[in-house]
Amino acid sequence: MEESRLRVLTPQVIAVLVRRGADFAAAEDAVQDALLEALGTWPEHPPRDPKGWLVTVAWRKFLDAARAESSRRRRELKVDGEPVPGVVGSTDDTLQLYFLCAHPSLSPSSAVALTLRAVGGLTTRQIAAAYLVGEATMAQRISRAKRTVAGVRFDTPGDVATVLRVLYLVFNEGYSGDVDLAAEAIRLTRQLAAAVDHPEVQGLLALMQLHHARRPARTDDDRRLVPLAQQDRSRWDTRLITEGVSILQRALARDRLGEYQAQAAVAALHADAQTAEETDWPQIIQWYDELVRFTGSPVARLNRAVAVGEADGPRAGLAALAELDPSLPRHTAARAYLHEKSGDVEQAARLYAEAALLAPNLAEREHLTLQAARLNAAARHSSGQAHE
Amino acid sequence: MAKYLLLKHYRGAPEALNNVPMDQWTPDEVAAHMQFMADYAERLQANGEYVEGQALSPEGTFVRYDGEGRPPVTDGPFAETKDLIAGWFAIDVEGYDRALELAGELSAAPAAGGKPLHEWIEVRPFLAQPVTITE
Repeated sequence: MEESRLRVLTPQVIAVLVRRGADFAAAEDAVQDALLEALGTWPEHPPRDPKGWLVTVAWRKFLDAARAESSRRRRELKVDGEPVPGVVGSTDDTLQLYFLCAHPSLSPSSAVALTLRAVGGLTTRQIAAAYLVGEATMAQRISRAKRTVAGVRFDTPGDVATVLRVLYLVFNEGYSGDVDLAAEAIRLTRQLAAAVDHPEVQGLLALMQLHHARRPARTDDDRRLVPLAQQDRSRWDTRLITEGVSILQRALARDRLGEYQAQAAVAALHADAQTAEETDWPQIIQWYDELVRFTGSPVARLNRAVAVGEADGPRAGLAALAELDPSLPRHTAARAYLHEKSGDVEQAARLYAEAALLAPNLAEREHLTLQAARLNAAARHSSGQAHE
Repeated sequence: MAKYLLLKHYRGAPEALNNVPMDQWTPDEVAAHMQFMADYAERLQANGEYVEGQALSPEGTFVRYDGEGRPPVTDGPFAETKDLIAGWFAIDVEGYDRALELAGELSAAPAAGGKPLHEWIEVRPFLAQPVTITE
């Protein structure tokens, strides 16, 4: 049995144990023990129903552990009557696990780690590598998260919005090492969308797919950033775009708009344009208006200002930008871009250089430095010609 | 083997000889510099001398405990100028001489006009290295 199949089964089995009343941490330990036994047994005797096998063995391990624990404390007493094993195979169990991992008592970073571990079935080492922290640190973060949710019982459904936020955080972490967190987030969101009928879940899934589809074009062969307008659109994943758009359309048809659907709609309009010039900027502005209405997010306002610059010209864009807090992330970069569009090359070069120093990551800093260098070199060149 | 930190400075170290701001280089010169940094890290990894490397943002504040209440936050306690670390490479090399050699290579990263940057690189040994007794 290959690792990816086990990765899918693990959370389902944990979920069954949790539903039967096992504490989350105890359930996970029991499932890890069962997996070890599977590694020894399955090559010789492959089970007909791997999930059923795992549930049976893990439940036995859990009861053994519970008995050992209680006999240590109260040697005479037996564990109360074992609950009758229920039917295996309902997706609602995994759904409970999503809500448990996104519990409001957890910090966002703990919720993310626990979700990847319990729902995603990733190893602690893989999660640590993806977040560029040591394995011991990540193990600590996960066990602290497990302790936090140790007493939580699930009789009421949790808040879908919290689960979506956790999945969105996973997606935005991108990828490094052997685990692609963006792909992992899509897999988990797809699973969630199959289990819960909510237009925002579909909106988030569509959003992730549409962004992911453009990833091959986002960097060049030297791993340098390529801005949207200059991307080679033939490198976009059209199959993924088609899927994302149709999922979004089905969500929008239900007329329960939310922030993820609005963001996905913007991404869909970009994906829909054959060339950068064909982008439907007026409609993008409308979706940013919706987004601002839902979230009030200053970042959405900033993006809206850039879209205004594209639709109504750089002056209108700069005017919209001037109303926003200049300390917003990427505010200077957006100003540089709009100044360049308006033909004010000198100002644009200065702002690009300034934006480079404020860039949140190396790829962006290098991109912005190159923009400044390009404009300065062009200015030198044209003034050189003027002197001739 | 001994560990050293190679520190690049935005400010605080003496100025580089070929000190032209990066946005005044040609795009090709900028690209060559970036390529050098990537190759340098890759080469260290291939030799088994790489521990880790990170670039730092020029933002940075100094904070100090000053009794109850909010701690003071300042731009830096320096008399002349603010010392700013731009980034580092942590290396694990045979000895001090090799660390100096690598720091020299890093300082020769290509810059404006395709000429070396001649930037000052600070070399700091890690503490807690067991004493190596050689014969």
